[in-house]
Amino acid sequence: MANEGLRDNETLSSLKNESETLKCKLEEERAKLHDVEPFLSVFFFQQDGKVIVWDAFTTNKEHAVTMPCTWVMACAYAPSGCAIACGGLDNKCSVYPLTFDKNENMAAKKKSVAMHTNYLSACSFTNSDMQILTSSGDGTCALWDVESGQLLQSFHGHAADVLCLDLAPSETGNTFVSGGCDKKAMVWDLRSGQCIQSFETHDSDINSVRYYPSGDAFASASDDATCRLYDLRADREVAIYSKESIIFGASSVDFSLSGRLLFTGYNDYTINVWDVLKGTRVSILFGHENRVSTLRVSPDGTAFCSGSWDHTLRVAVGHQRTRPPAKFIFHSGPERPPQFIKSSATAIIHADSPC
Amino acid sequence: MSSKVSSSNNISQARRTVQQLRIEASIERIKVSKASADLMHYCGEHAKYDPLLMGIPASENPFKDKKPCTIL
Repeated sequence: MANEGLRDNETLSSLKNESETLKCKLEEERAKLHDVEPFLSVFFFQQDGKVIVWDAFTTNKEHAVTMPCTWVMACAYAPSGCAIACGGLDNKCSVYPLTFDKNENMAAKKKSVAMHTNYLSACSFTNSDMQILTSSGDGTCALWDVESGQLLQSFHGHAADVLCLDLAPSETGNTFVSGGCDKKAMVWDLRSGQCIQSFETHDSDINSVRYYPSGDAFASASDDATCRLYDLRADREVAIYSKESIIFGASSVDFSLSGRLLFTGYNDYTINVWDVLKGTRVSILFGHENRVSTLRVSPDGTAFCSGSWDHTLRVAVGHQRTRPPAKFIFHSGPERPPQFIKSSATAIIHADSPC
Repeated sequence: MSSKVSSSNNISQARRTVQQLRIEASIERIKVSKASADLMHYCGEHAKYDPLLMGIPASENPFKDKKPCTIL
């Protein structure tokens, strides 16, 4: 009666003991393979919310959609470039087909796809326009069919809000990584919903996660003012990007095309560029007048774009010098888009929300 | 009654945690030296195609401010 849920030989304390033993074993196994300090010794890189799509070269607005909900927190471009997805405090993720026809009202064609029980923190199309992956303040991630709005798979395991996600590069298979307020980064199998690996070395919320271009590792940015690199095959943290002088949280992170450089945006208004392999800071970019909330490298790797609470998006490219690393020049983007910019995808689409 | 429910919740939660940890403990791992060597190799292979690393000449910068054109 009192122990209805238990099987033979199980008690609550025996389960707890086994849990502790397994945790120790996990640490031991990881430590056994820690034969070198990574890299060092081996040295020889709205009131209405609006979603706006900008042309990065001309700085002209291409599309603007007014969202019925006031806070938009996430947005994503469909792989075909023909639709965008966004959502936020409305707990939903909606898909809007993009059209260049001025007579068409994009908001009218909206399709509600995802439904969570708390805010939508991030969304991403998988490798087609047909499926969307979402993460939410309700602590779960979910995979949805765009056409029917049906839930295909849900991912449970985070103990608190999930703030970010990133899909593995398509060549490496069907997994994605998520980061949350429980300080954990978790790697999931898309098909089974199973958590394959988890990493808990940050001291605070993980705001952003991004896969290394080869798919064998990922980086995370956290409120603990550090960014870290986790190798998936070694199953551990292999590098930490921090300085004593950096005390403000990191909000966003992305790799350059080769994975040698890591671009990170911070709440102290700066962007730091790190050499991924050496663990040292290569460059620091000033220019934003408020926190940098989001950062993305363009798909062809020629530039990166940062968005900030100072209401601007800025694009930076590397300038040639006699030897690497390149120097970065900020090009001021569109002036004064009305509000707080939360997330940006490939060809600079961003979501406005009232401050 | 409520203590029965919460104790069975604790049990099922503990069981789930143990199951998850068993899965995580059983995965195949490689040495850090091998993992970092592979990451370095990837960087080396792709470095020359990385415009943000190598930089682009000012003349090819697609974002530079466009000067107005005077037609005589």
